[in-house]
Amino acid sequence: MRDKVLYGIAILAAALLARNLYLIFLQLPDEAAQGAIYRIIYFHVPSAITAMLGFMVAGAASGIYLGTKNLRYDAVAAAVTEVSLAFATVVLVTGSIWARIIWGVWWTWDARLTSMFVCWLLYAGYLMLRSAVEEPTQRAKFSAVLSLFAFTDVIIVWKSIEWWRNLHPGPVLSIRTGGGNMDPAMESMIYMNLLALVLFATVLVMVRMRQEEMRREISSLRQLALAQ
Amino acid sequence: MIEARNFAYMFYGFTAAWVILALYVVTIARRESKLKQELARLKNIVEDRERK
Repeated sequence: MRDKVLYGIAILAAALLARNLYLIFLQLPDEAAQGAIYRIIYFHVPSAITAMLGFMVAGAASGIYLGTKNLRYDAVAAAVTEVSLAFATVVLVTGSIWARIIWGVWWTWDARLTSMFVCWLLYAGYLMLRSAVEEPTQRAKFSAVLSLFAFTDVIIVWKSIEWWRNLHPGPVLSIRTGGGNMDPAMESMIYMNLLALVLFATVLVMVRMRQEEMRREISSLRQLALAQ
Repeated sequence: MIEARNFAYMFYGFTAAWVILALYVVTIARRESKLKQELARLKNIVEDRERK
């Protein structure tokens, strides 16, 4: 049953992504000031929101783990964090390529970029910590605390374009500005691609969750084999 | 000229995004296959020992 749901979501995500790519390249116009490069926004922003949502879910799962000591929530946090980190990598790389054209530099240490880079390092550190600690309950406890700590940076990333003057543009989506900053057709494509990427991320998380279950089973079988 | 460069970088951006996600999917798939092999191996060991 779970495999059917997984395949269903995967097909839906693939169809939506194909439709979106067609519209992005063949239907939507270039942006007046930036030209063709502006199309990167249709992956950059949805990838960023997908990563942030993932880190939020990981933070919530980590908090629930610390409250309940149920290792299932630790598995959720690990799976979601790893997938979100892949999307955070997309954000940093696509942003850097976009910046090379628009700002003339690959990278600048402004508040949004720096806080996002710190966020990436924190969650990469989370995954390194998990692979360094053998004992499952200790690993779950340490990584849950780190996940909650790292989530404070997600809030800083989100608010950085309001708190500080940056080279990075301020909020443009109408959910933050109330509207008027972006053409409605362009903005709706960002939401459509966000939906496609969230569905894609959900598939990846489901696969990662299955792998975490396999790891738990392997661990208990090893103990059983040693005890025999 | 500027427009061509602009278009090329847009292509790099989209390619980079897909390559990163594709590499991650390949990593997950390889890990899954290793885990399945390890699980089958351990199940065989435990079953063999139980039979003996």
